[in-house]
Amino acid sequence: MSNTDFTLAIEDLTVSFDGFKAVDSLNLYIDKDELRVVIGPNGAGKTTVLDLICGKTKSTSGSIKFKNKELTKLAEHEIVHAGVGRKFQTPSIYENLSVYDNLEVSFPRGRSVFGSLAFKCDEEVDSRIREVAKDIFLEEFLEMESALLSHGQKQWLEIGMLLIQEPELLMLDEPVAGMSVKERELTADLLNRICKGRSVLVIEHDMDFVAKIAHKVTVLHQGKILAEGDMQTVQNDPNVIEVYLGH
Amino acid sequence: MNFVYDRLLGGKNGAIGLAILAALILIVLPLVLDLFRLNLVGKYLTYAFAAVSLVLLWGYGGILSLGQGVFFGLGGYCMAMFLKLEASDPEATKIQSTPGIPDFMDWNQLTELPWFWEPFESFGFTLLAVILVPSIFAFIIGYSMFKRRVGGVYFAIITQIIALILTVLIVGQQGYTGGINGITDLKTLNGWDIRDDSSKYILYFINAFLLFGVILLCRFILTSKFGRLLLAMRDKEDRVRFSGYDVSNFKIFIFCVSAMISAIGGAMFTLQVGFMSPSFVGIVPSIEMVIFAAVGGRMSLIGVVYGTLMVNFGKTMFSETFPELWLYLMGALFIAVVMYFPNGLAGLWEKYGNKIVTPIKNMKVFSTIKSTIENKRLAKAKASNE
Repeated sequence: MSNTDFTLAIEDLTVSFDGFKAVDSLNLYIDKDELRVVIGPNGAGKTTVLDLICGKTKSTSGSIKFKNKELTKLAEHEIVHAGVGRKFQTPSIYENLSVYDNLEVSFPRGRSVFGSLAFKCDEEVDSRIREVAKDIFLEEFLEMESALLSHGQKQWLEIGMLLIQEPELLMLDEPVAGMSVKERELTADLLNRICKGRSVLVIEHDMDFVAKIAHKVTVLHQGKILAEGDMQTVQNDPNVIEVYLGH
Repeated sequence: MNFVYDRLLGGKNGAIGLAILAALILIVLPLVLDLFRLNLVGKYLTYAFAAVSLVLLWGYGGILSLGQGVFFGLGGYCMAMFLKLEASDPEATKIQSTPGIPDFMDWNQLTELPWFWEPFESFGFTLLAVILVPSIFAFIIGYSMFKRRVGGVYFAIITQIIALILTVLIVGQQGYTGGINGITDLKTLNGWDIRDDSSKYILYFINAFLLFGVILLCRFILTSKFGRLLLAMRDKEDRVRFSGYDVSNFKIFIFCVSAMISAIGGAMFTLQVGFMSPSFVGIVPSIEMVIFAAVGGRMSLIGVVYGTLMVNFGKTMFSETFPELWLYLMGALFIAVVMYFPNGLAGLWEKYGNKIVTPIKNMKVFSTIKSTIENKRLAKAKASNE
């Protein structure tokens, strides 16, 4: 478990649920400024990998190093404080709060009990909220109750709630699920913009969308890496074709 | 100024609601009710503390505690222990085999004051204990449950069981607690007789002011980022956790605050009613407190005060005429609230309040007054221009 130059270095990561290895001695390295897409058939362990990185699931063995800091022993909120943000598969936003409040609650200040009691929404917070809202195409919806947003807008809002925390590793689980063609284009554009200065890890099924955003693609199958490389290489890999089309 | 107006009073609507409630409790009720009934209202208002605490915990935090009676009782018992010690001076208890200790201890063959009673000789300590004992107890329960991510129904059941355990403990340890009868025959507070008429009035007003203080404290908490986080946690706990918050700490804190608020109510109950007993600690009172909050509207700090008053008036009226029917009626009321108007009285007011207020606002008297004022103002402006 040596130190590396990578933002995220996963080595020999294994998790087993009652003997079933959902992730099996996985090795995965992600660079700064890199946008990596993980694809794979259902049950390949994609979401489990994200769960392991953000601490939702505890690993059986192996290590996850983020900027050479071991994450497997940290609590969920400590992993967030270290600079890891994660979007869930179904949009997780606070439906009974306005878009503005959703972003304000996610602003990385006043995270302790007393800090949150003393928190003031000052100039800095306000301008940051507006800036992020602009990035995620929701600047005109700030005052709207977020339950009223469309499915695609909810996805954007959750991405915005992560962006406002300026994470160095951003993990997105199916960010364009339920989006229209137009919304997908905007999202691809958004992801290409936000991957600068940080690492982004995306799980996605939509191959056209993957082709638009991916720097590198990792194919996961039965908890193991089947192939890795740019989109072209992966698509022509006989093993990958076998897994996706062979059955 | 903005801080006070927007956050504590809750803007225009909040301020009006608070003013109406204050007028009712501080002016109307003391004027129209005789002392016996007013004392009864004072007693109901001590339950309102617990109902208000449930707005924080249950309404906003989504944590249903079926054990608020525990904290109400702990606060009440702390106060009762002090008053009992004062009532048990050697002079008043000289016929006992051990003078100077509370009568029930003497009946139970205790010959000296137990160690945990001794600090309650001090009034300062007692006031601190009223606040701290329930808070620390809540912290221990909260820490051991929320850190393990126990929540929802499991939390409700465990708090209910704690209420039951504490009742059994109090009843069983007769020599230390007064048993099923509780701590009775309380007479004076630092030499001030709490039983005569004038002190009943004074205690009623102290109680009312404390209640308003607590409501303002809750407003402060709920209008801060903490309040929005509570709503966020109720909705999507995982999202809050993966946004970098230690969710359990927030839950522990709000549980402790709600325990403290209920305890203040308990202490005021002891002072106004003159005794404390296990029947205010157990499962039934704890559930009644939840019903007060549900009927009043669990999202409304003001609504639950009305809810508490109405349910209790109903209870007093009905149980005078049909004592055995009351419990069924209360159950039916709770089911009706949950099924048909989940936001309680406050929700009904929000929905239909305008239909009542608008005709009153549009009454001729008001428009006449308004236009008169307006005319005067214009005339004045005209005069100053010339």
